[in-house]
Amino acid sequence: MFSWDLLANAVVAGLLLGGFYAAVSLGIGLVFGLLDIANIAQPAFLVLGAYMSFVLNEVWGIDPIVTGVLLTPVFYLIGAVVYRVYYGSFERRGDEGLRGLVFFFGILFILEVSLSLKFGVDYRLVQAEYIGRSIEIAGVGIAFRYLIPCVMGIAMTATLYLFLSRTFYGRAIMAVSQDQGALRLMGANPVQIKTIAFGIGIAAASLAGALLITITPVVPSTDRDYIGRMFAITVLGGMGSIGGTLAAGVILGVIESLMATFFGPSWAPAVSFGILLLVLAVRPAGLFGR
Amino acid sequence: MNRTRAVVGLGAAILVLVAAIALVPVARAANPIKIGFGMALTGGLAGNGQGALLAMQIWKDDVNKAGGLLGRPVELIYYDDQTNPSTIPGIYTKLLDVDKVDLVVSGYGTNLIAPAMPLIMERKLLFMGLFGLNNNEKYKYSRYFQISPGGPQSALSFSDAFFEAAARQNPKPKNVALVGDDAEFPQNALVGAREHVKRLGFQTVYDKTYPPNTVDYTPIARAIKATNPDVVFIASYPPGSTGMILAAQEVGLEPKLFGGGMVGLHFTSLLTKLGPKLNGIVDYGFWVPEPTMKFPGIDAFLQKYQPAAAKAGVDPLGYYLPPWAYANMQVLAKAIEATKGLDQAKLADYIHANEFDTIVGKVKFGSDGEWEKGRMILIQFQGIKGNDIEQFKHPGRQVIIYPDQYKSGNLIYPYAAARK
Amino acid sequence: MRRAGWPLLIGVAVVVVGIAIASLRANPYLYFAGYVILQYIVIATAWNILGGYAGYVNFGTPAFFALGAYTAVFLIRSVKPPLPVLMLAGGLVAGLLGLGIGYLTLRLRGVFFSIATLALSVVLQTVMVNWEYVGGSRGLSVIRPSGPPFGNYVVFLFTIMVALAVFAVLVARFIERSWIGRGLSALRDNEEAAECMGVPTLRLKLFATTVSGFLLGLAGAPFPYYVTFIEPNSAFALDYAVNALAMPMIGGTTSWIGPVIGAVLLGSAQQLATVTISSELSLLIVGVVLVGFVVVAPEGILGLIRRLRGR
Repeated sequence: MFSWDLLANAVVAGLLLGGFYAAVSLGIGLVFGLLDIANIAQPAFLVLGAYMSFVLNEVWGIDPIVTGVLLTPVFYLIGAVVYRVYYGSFERRGDEGLRGLVFFFGILFILEVSLSLKFGVDYRLVQAEYIGRSIEIAGVGIAFRYLIPCVMGIAMTATLYLFLSRTFYGRAIMAVSQDQGALRLMGANPVQIKTIAFGIGIAAASLAGALLITITPVVPSTDRDYIGRMFAITVLGGMGSIGGTLAAGVILGVIESLMATFFGPSWAPAVSFGILLLVLAVRPAGLFGR
Repeated sequence: MNRTRAVVGLGAAILVLVAAIALVPVARAANPIKIGFGMALTGGLAGNGQGALLAMQIWKDDVNKAGGLLGRPVELIYYDDQTNPSTIPGIYTKLLDVDKVDLVVSGYGTNLIAPAMPLIMERKLLFMGLFGLNNNEKYKYSRYFQISPGGPQSALSFSDAFFEAAARQNPKPKNVALVGDDAEFPQNALVGAREHVKRLGFQTVYDKTYPPNTVDYTPIARAIKATNPDVVFIASYPPGSTGMILAAQEVGLEPKLFGGGMVGLHFTSLLTKLGPKLNGIVDYGFWVPEPTMKFPGIDAFLQKYQPAAAKAGVDPLGYYLPPWAYANMQVLAKAIEATKGLDQAKLADYIHANEFDTIVGKVKFGSDGEWEKGRMILIQFQGIKGNDIEQFKHPGRQVIIYPDQYKSGNLIYPYAAARK
Repeated sequence: MRRAGWPLLIGVAVVVVGIAIASLRANPYLYFAGYVILQYIVIATAWNILGGYAGYVNFGTPAFFALGAYTAVFLIRSVKPPLPVLMLAGGLVAGLLGLGIGYLTLRLRGVFFSIATLALSVVLQTVMVNWEYVGGSRGLSVIRPSGPPFGNYVVFLFTIMVALAVFAVLVARFIERSWIGRGLSALRDNEEAAECMGVPTLRLKLFATTVSGFLLGLAGAPFPYYVTFIEPNSAFALDYAVNALAMPMIGGTTSWIGPVIGAVLLGSAQQLATVTISSELSLLIVGVVLVGFVVVAPEGILGLIRRLRGR
């Protein structure tokens, strides 16, 4: 049954969800899209960020979004360390492909299991004033629970975009993704640049994790739901395009929302990933890729 | 070729070593009665599985403190089935053929009981089941029992009370919306719900399911709202339960009766975090701390369980699965003592023929191994204020509205009235 | 013919040994655990044909394995043919899927192929979740046929799996030593250069994806009879994807022996852990072993052995 009201609401809900999906995929967009590091452990860092947010919220009552922001330096450092290990063991030897993948799978498992050992397998949620509240604008209802993560997602994308195009280190990262040799000749150290980039990617994961637990309850194995989504959004948007990641996230969100409203949600994953397969077959560079 | 041979030799040596280790049964104490099982300690059902294991361990300690069974200590041998059905054949074969257990009981959940059935039937063993739906339907095995109070038509039992309660209202509501997870339990519950809807003459205006990893439930809630239902029946696992409750609130979905088969609404984490948002919601239940359900022994059990659970990082209230895991073992123990032995056939006959007093009340099994008469309860959340956990330990928050035998309060209808 | 003769003989000998072990009626647990390990030998070998030889990392191993299993379930429910027919059907359907995904990703660079296989797995799982006839999300109980050889169906499945493992290894060995294998490794090292040299890269790629899919489907088809209960979550489990990657990597991806070693070692370790330590610790150990191995022995055990022998 169709109505303009339902359509408008579905599209808006999809846009909000898309902003969140963009936040979740931003780290991969940077690390995999620009630097070709297939960090399949990223969803585990997402869930780790969600749990850290839970702890801060539970113990000190800090708002979950704020906890996410507070934790970014910590996760940046973790990311830097992980990258150094990755570089030392694989990239230096030119071995990255398969070994790197298995390495990150191992990290994914270790993180997931450590979380369930420490926190148990109960669902965790956070408390915040605005969870469950919504406002209505011109007949379209907007839940704060989705609005705030969406706004954060857009902000994160914009910040990263500006960082990459305007700052020295940002442009160095872009340079590394294009031509490492040239960068070295210009006196910058590619390894240091990539460490910074990876750190940022993991920090983005932790912030997205705080957004995640605001929206929905989390268990350690939630990471498995996001492996597909993260890479699908990055590839759909186009490798190397941060704006593309946002666009792809929004597209995916709107598709899921429209399917859920009008056709029944059961087939939503098939539609989303089916579209990804089509895009890959027709235009592998993605929608906005280089 | 030398390299190949060396590798093959190395591989063979390792294989032999591994086989040797695997085949050595674990060392045990003096002549115990060994009860073996797989349990979901990791994976999707681990939240309940860990609680069940804890309850069974408390049972074992209780029994051993009282002198054991038939004068022998009881020992539990268990392995993590990881909520993965493909581990079950291997686990139960190891339990029976390497660890040489005397008895086996099941793990938790339909999907983990099903793969064990062929092996159990082949060896003609007694099998006490823990919350499986229709596991015996195809086989009609006479030595299978199931402790969940579903009764002979267990898939119907999850929604029976809900729709009966709806049908009793005056004026009788007309339109029903059905929604749930694409997963085992919710799908089974929905099958039963459709039967009741047809039988009681309701009109279905919405009947869809969603994938388990759905993030945004608001479009679903809006689509349901657009069909203007009087009654909304939701069958969900915890993410879906939380998602639908929050989404319904955000889009203003307020039917006359809201709830159904929502798993997770008995866990501390959801009870405390959702708090007053739960008021008015009607849900299925097995046991709640209402005065009408004060069976002998349940308080003593909870007093042991709750601190142990809090320490183990498992749901600290323990109202959902743990008392039933304990009761399941109580039935087994009683049968062992009464038949004075471990003969599988005699135990099965005894369990069929008798009624048992357990911490969840009187238990009597029918010919198919399910409860002879179902005893699912329907509760309504009422009067929840704030987010502390203590209020849930007292009566009055999860009020039993059906069946009449255990009723501890009245249904506040419509749903909106209970939300004030 | 003489050169190809003796591996075939060894293969037949292994099968005969397998049958002998089966008729020994040894401790039943051996057959259950052995089945899983043999199954992983097939999975790892199949994966390696595409991943190790051709360099295309398949993330969607569960899709092919589960497709084999669900094809079998569909046939069991409708026609109930004997096991060899089930297996052939499962293999053919999965092989067709391999052909299809190869065609779809014909011009894709390596990593995009991996993402495509991941997407394939999700799409296929959604299809199975929504297909009531094969159980949907509720799953389906499968009853084993009566009157099996060796008296016990799982023992019978064990011998079938021994034969299948031998078959898979022989296929891999044949490919490795033939011009196909040389073409695939040229493809792996530098696809563009290979094309320039006249290697029929597109056809080789399609060959690899089809054969890999075919073998995975063959491995999946007996699975419903082993487990007697099929449902999408466990059929499409992440474990298959990870193990299919990890086993060849641990053993060594350059030769047919590598996946066998990896499957035996990692598979046995996992089976052992399930029935001994049996808690999350065992999963943790698998993760640590993976990371440790990949850091310390990147070329797998074969690489280690090569280094030890001073090459």
